[in-house]
Amino acid sequence: MANRLVGRAVPRKEGGDKVTGKARYIDDLTFPGMLYGATVRSPCARGRIKGIHFEGGIPWDGFTIVTATDIPGKNCIVLLSDDHPGLAQRVVNHPEEPIVLLAHPDKYLLEEARRSVRLEIESLPAVFTIEESLARKEIIWGRDNIFKSIRVEKGNVDEAWAQADFIVEGEYRTGAQEQLYIEPNGMIAVANPQEGVTVWGSMQCPYYVHKALVCLFGLPESKVRVIQVETGGGFGGKEEYPSMIAGHAALLAWKSGKPVKLIYDRAEDMAATTKRHPSRTRHRTAVSKEGKLLAMEIEFVIDGGAYMTLSPVVLSRGTIHAAGPYHCPNIRIQSRAVATNAPPHGAFRGFGAPQSTFALERHLNKVARVVGLSPEELRRRNFIREGQSTATGQVIREKVDMAGLMERAFELSRYYAKTQRFAEENRGRRDKKGIGFACFLHGAGFTGSGEKYLASVVGVEATPAGRARILAASTEIGQGANTILCQIAAEALGLEYDQIEMASPDTGVVPNSGPTVASRTCMIIGKLVESACLAVKQTLVGSGLLKPDYSPEEFFRACAAYTQKCGPLKAFSQYQPPPEIHWDEEKYRGDAYSAYAWAVYVAEVTVDSLTYEVHVDDFVAVQEVGKVINPVLGGGQIEGGVAQAIGYALFENVVWQEGRMVNSQMTNYIIPTAADVPRIRTYFDEVPYAHGPAGAKGLGELPMDGTAPAIVNAIEDALGIGLDQIPVLPEHLVELLEVSRV
Amino acid sequence: MCDERHKVNVTCRVNGREYTLCVFPLMRLLDVLREELRLTGTKEGCGEGECGACSVLIDGELVNSCLVPALQVNGAEITTIEGIADGDRLHTVQEAFIEAGGAQCGICTPGMILAAVSLLGRMPEPSEEDMRAGLAGNLCRCTGYMKIFEAVARVCQKTGTKVNA
Amino acid sequence: MRSCLPDYELVAPANLREALALMAGEPGAWKPFAGGTDLMVLLEAGKLPHKRFLSLWHLRELKGIEVSPTAVTLGALTTYTEVLRHPVLQQEFPCLCQGARETGGVATQNRGTLGGNIANASPAADSPPALLVYDAELELVSATGSRWVPYRGFHSSYKQMDLRPNELIARIRLPRVGRPRRHYYRKVGTRKAQAISKVVFAGVAEVEGGVVRDVRIALGSVAPTVLRCAKTEAVLRGHPTVESTVAAAQAALAGEIAPIDDFRSTAKYRRRVSLNLLAVFLQSCLGTVEQGPGPEPWYGA
Repeated sequence: MANRLVGRAVPRKEGGDKVTGKARYIDDLTFPGMLYGATVRSPCARGRIKGIHFEGGIPWDGFTIVTATDIPGKNCIVLLSDDHPGLAQRVVNHPEEPIVLLAHPDKYLLEEARRSVRLEIESLPAVFTIEESLARKEIIWGRDNIFKSIRVEKGNVDEAWAQADFIVEGEYRTGAQEQLYIEPNGMIAVANPQEGVTVWGSMQCPYYVHKALVCLFGLPESKVRVIQVETGGGFGGKEEYPSMIAGHAALLAWKSGKPVKLIYDRAEDMAATTKRHPSRTRHRTAVSKEGKLLAMEIEFVIDGGAYMTLSPVVLSRGTIHAAGPYHCPNIRIQSRAVATNAPPHGAFRGFGAPQSTFALERHLNKVARVVGLSPEELRRRNFIREGQSTATGQVIREKVDMAGLMERAFELSRYYAKTQRFAEENRGRRDKKGIGFACFLHGAGFTGSGEKYLASVVGVEATPAGRARILAASTEIGQGANTILCQIAAEALGLEYDQIEMASPDTGVVPNSGPTVASRTCMIIGKLVESACLAVKQTLVGSGLLKPDYSPEEFFRACAAYTQKCGPLKAFSQYQPPPEIHWDEEKYRGDAYSAYAWAVYVAEVTVDSLTYEVHVDDFVAVQEVGKVINPVLGGGQIEGGVAQAIGYALFENVVWQEGRMVNSQMTNYIIPTAADVPRIRTYFDEVPYAHGPAGAKGLGELPMDGTAPAIVNAIEDALGIGLDQIPVLPEHLVELLEVSRV
Repeated sequence: MCDERHKVNVTCRVNGREYTLCVFPLMRLLDVLREELRLTGTKEGCGEGECGACSVLIDGELVNSCLVPALQVNGAEITTIEGIADGDRLHTVQEAFIEAGGAQCGICTPGMILAAVSLLGRMPEPSEEDMRAGLAGNLCRCTGYMKIFEAVARVCQKTGTKVNA
Repeated sequence: MRSCLPDYELVAPANLREALALMAGEPGAWKPFAGGTDLMVLLEAGKLPHKRFLSLWHLRELKGIEVSPTAVTLGALTTYTEVLRHPVLQQEFPCLCQGARETGGVATQNRGTLGGNIANASPAADSPPALLVYDAELELVSATGSRWVPYRGFHSSYKQMDLRPNELIARIRLPRVGRPRRHYYRKVGTRKAQAISKVVFAGVAEVEGGVVRDVRIALGSVAPTVLRCAKTEAVLRGHPTVESTVAAAQAALAGEIAPIDDFRSTAKYRRRVSLNLLAVFLQSCLGTVEQGPGPEPWYGA
């Protein structure tokens, strides 16, 4: 049967509310008797807290004041470890670390009060760079400043060097990047010892917040409830830090006995919350004169900031993606996530893969030059094919055609013609044009055994009003989760799109279907929605209330009859890994992801020789992501990701001073405007994936991975200068061009 | 009637309805709308006139409501996202944003729609460059702007005008 | 909002005379407040040092653009939008229009004013370099009278200007020049739109037979104030725009500007780009810059 709803551009579920201003985000809500909350933060990177002084001129009696000693449970925001305090008590480990919380009904007075808390801190020597951390200039975390080390071994790298015709080395760096969702973080909490804790807020992962609150308050799970409200963008930035904000709002509510709203302003959001991990990647590659990759030795290091948060899993994804969509018999990857005295770095679309992909796709251009092949020919000779294995030894069983994707991308961008034309025209032209590309992959879902341990659950129920409702903790953050999950359900149940609704992501109502991250919502949650729908159908058919070939009216009549006879009609489905998936966490061997999206992106740039500004003139994004559930939303994901990665490549520069972001304003942290993006041309190749809903895989993070290296490869084509770090700012180009002119 | 220290009376029309408010004169129009009038469709993204999420029309001209003090809207006519539709009938720009996928997370959407309405009011047939310039003050982190341009182009098609590439 | 709103006052005088009387009564106590696009940002950040403000936005006396045979006179409250839409300004003062067009987005252009921009005294301002090359004059008014001063020299040092505590900027006058001139304006920002400048370059020149008869050059973001570059102009005046002249002009400009490193850019970048833009401006005076593949930019100094 042809798809009725999957593959169609049905309108976004909550689109009407969003275009009319009716959609309610956290800052749009008020509660009777509500107080406003504020956070007093560390002025220095590392030190001992000697005293907290509440200075004169403020009616302190009217304030709710919370410090670490007020925390009823354990003083940590638990995630992978318990090293991250909710409020610093004796020491601070990064600038902007929260120390004191204040609440008051008058938000103007609250601001005065925030400024009147004087923190007495004896500062300690601190560590600010990957190099300082690796050199153990100071030990600031654990025994050796290392959150996590990973070693991947395939074949025998040590023996391969002798056979190499060429050995090519390179070092590549990427900077921090702010997610810059346009809606700043915020939470409202109601909390007291009798009823427990309830929070509403902007977030990606209600059950992460739930887990953190259970620990922070020492409450049973049933006494904590977390409700996601309309969320104005996340990009990973609302994966882990909302747990901190929810904890703070709840602590103030607990102590004051009143609802507390805690909304960050932009400066606080940028300076205090997580950013993409800065990275350093070193490549050493053995290659034959025919351009075959013989061995790859990769050292990948990311700066995790002051606490562990998600760094080990970011490192894991970055490590697994470090060897890209290529086949190489001998691979060694050694990677480490290290501590520095900066606010913890965290989840951001791509999650480690953009960093290691940038390094590889730049490095392969260098390898091609050394070998004397074109960048495309070198890649063509090494693309991974069905039956070959990745760095972790995962044998690719799906159909994959990287060479085909590349040819399609080249056709659409007129790559060959332009390469030639630009080379000729640049000689007589002041502004230099260039074209470049990157080839990459992105694994959908959690890495390794992650999905197995999450064991996500999704429910589908019949509502009394004659609708089918999806019960999932997946959050709509702009990416279109609500819409595609409803499309999948409507398709599976044979109903209309309008007859499906999403339950509000409320931990009191929906089961734990895991976090909304890792390009997993469509592929993993979508599949669970599909199977829960089939279970509902089977229940009705099996009970004799529905014949297999039914109309929507008959379906809902059967639901009503069932409900009357047997009680609520509800079915749950829990994640089961596809049968052939095996992962060895110890050795880092096996099937790292159940499916990958594959892509080739081509960027065309102009470099202004007067101002050294780079403008992206054209962008072609070709990818294979399985079945595309909704082409408008899918296209929007790719275009948005490309734009965000244009920022990563060319504009977005976090300026650090002793661990603090000093350009924490939108005026000074530069993201692309409508005038800065080229036409982004998106093409999907759809090869249905057997274990995805209607054949779909994941696509949300993919565009973040390959865009920056495509752009920097294009700059190399334009200028003849290889660049090894992003962002590529005009200030860097002026230095490089000056050197090259001499 | 407005005797709290430093507060002043401000009278203005918002979405066709007249209000007289007793507010601090430097209160941001954004807060007047959101807190005094509970019109929360206007959003705050940065508070420094950079992102455009708080865009509204004052006397038909696009402004960032976070940069306009309450006192300066005395006597003004203000249009917010809540005043764009004609009752239950969506404005063509709103319809186009839904159809083209111009709204994702939705937080920039009210401001973006007002910027688009303002652009189309000045230029019924905007070129791509006009669109880029006209919307450059409204930052979107989700869409990469393509579907927003498409939405504006759709409006032109619907109203019979064309977009010059 | 990081300011305590109850601490601030903003009053709206009925007319200009009343505004000036208030300022005369307590000199320095009342700060003028025009479109708010700069001051409201400081208020939000909790960095607005003054507490009492005079709202000028509604004062008709400070609005409007008048064109006479010898000058165009703009009220201090003229917005960027009004500047960039004005046909005579477009025709005769295109650098000013381009500066206005590149200031913020449409919303800022609708609200930001030329007078406010001058009084904000940012060295990175987009329009003031254009005002400098067009020999703008400012009318400063107080309760006791008015005076006209050249805009050139108005900013004495960083954020300092020749404006008494009881004075307001009322009007900006641009003398009209009947002769054909070449105009060049380039803002180099952190991105294509809605950016703060890293370098602003404005230049006008009268060129006859390949010789620079007269020239005016001004830059932003390369010194504590926006800067009219008199020494560079002197090197060029009366000389042909040949390579040696360009190199001499670049050397003069390098000595005149004093860019710094900050979190938006580097001194080195600003210096190099300034010299490149000067070279291109001079090339444009010969009419060679716009079309086709041009020569490599000069990198003098």
